[in-house]
Amino acid sequence: MMDKPTNNRAWFFVLPVLVLVLFSSIVPVMTVVNYSLQDSMGVNNFFWNGDSWFRDLLNPDTEIGARFADALLRTIAFSFTALAVEVPLGIAIALCLPRRGWSVGISLVIMALPMLIPWNVVGTMWQIFARQDIGLFGAALTGIGLPYNVTQGSVSAWVTIVVIDVWHWTPLVILLSYAGLRAIPDAFYQAARIDGASRWAVFVNIELPKLQKVLVIAVLLRFMQTFMIYTEPVVVTGGGPGSATTFLSIDLVKIAIGQVDVGSAAAMSLVYYIIILTACWIFFTVMTQIDRRGDR
Amino acid sequence: MLAWMAWTWQTAAFFALIALALIVLTLLAIYRPETPRTGILRFPTTRGDRFFVTLLGSAFIFVFWMRLGGGALWYPLAGSVAYGIAMFRFA
Repeated sequence: MMDKPTNNRAWFFVLPVLVLVLFSSIVPVMTVVNYSLQDSMGVNNFFWNGDSWFRDLLNPDTEIGARFADALLRTIAFSFTALAVEVPLGIAIALCLPRRGWSVGISLVIMALPMLIPWNVVGTMWQIFARQDIGLFGAALTGIGLPYNVTQGSVSAWVTIVVIDVWHWTPLVILLSYAGLRAIPDAFYQAARIDGASRWAVFVNIELPKLQKVLVIAVLLRFMQTFMIYTEPVVVTGGGPGSATTFLSIDLVKIAIGQVDVGSAAAMSLVYYIIILTACWIFFTVMTQIDRRGDR
Repeated sequence: MLAWMAWTWQTAAFFALIALALIVLTLLAIYRPETPRTGILRFPTTRGDRFFVTLLGSAFIFVFWMRLGGGALWYPLAGSVAYGIAMFRFA
């Protein structure tokens, strides 16, 4: 393995980004840490409050603690449901896409279209689409006799949010998997044909291992985005019915801006933050390990 | 100018310590370069990685301590220090 050339002058080129990150991330995070330990009475009037925001938040017997525990569970369940649908579906569709010819471009563009639509527009579209009276989706489901009602049934609301996310973001998994599949040299498939390998054997022994890296990226991106999902449920269900689709981010906004409970919200966002940081770190480590093994 | 950030001496000290640690790590990286080594985490780590794992793990030690209704925060602090030493020694 060849050593990469190192030149410490490169650090100076990173400086502008560091300054940007300082103002966009580090200063706000520091402020949130400050808020999480104090109680606020009016504008810029703070009192030391020690760890009680955190203790309340992490104690499921308190009102805020119960809310937080529920929202966290809901968000994790949502992330895993979305991933469990999107990743296999994305790989399956990528396998079905044409490999050459004029149809490649058309299929890819059609597949990528949902990703170009902004979140709030997606939400508004689906809000109408899912309505029982005028929405095609809602009216069709009601028509065939399914008890479907986004505004009143928690199962309906939940399923709708998952379907929206699948519709909006499976294309990302498709595009990544397709790129990964195209990068596999033909020699692998020829060897498999000579050995008389079945389609399933080709998938398990050639395609899946070669897709490993893009799939880690896909899972990381999808996990991050589903874990911080906000706009679609706010627009479509408003976090309801009851609190069935109140995910962490929605609860956070309700506490921080709705109730102006800055201390609780700060404590909540910090716990949220370390969970996300851990997930990022795990994915980053896995990715660099795959890279390292690939280098040898 | 920084009034809106609502600083307290406790949080200032906390961030100052982290900044100090980062400066020390940078100086060490310049004057005592190292090669990553593989420990109980089963993948190569540098001092920076071990420091990050220490901070993140300490945050979870505190969170779980409060989640389980533990008392004074000196105990999880001691636990975090022990965990950090273990990470720097064995990771």
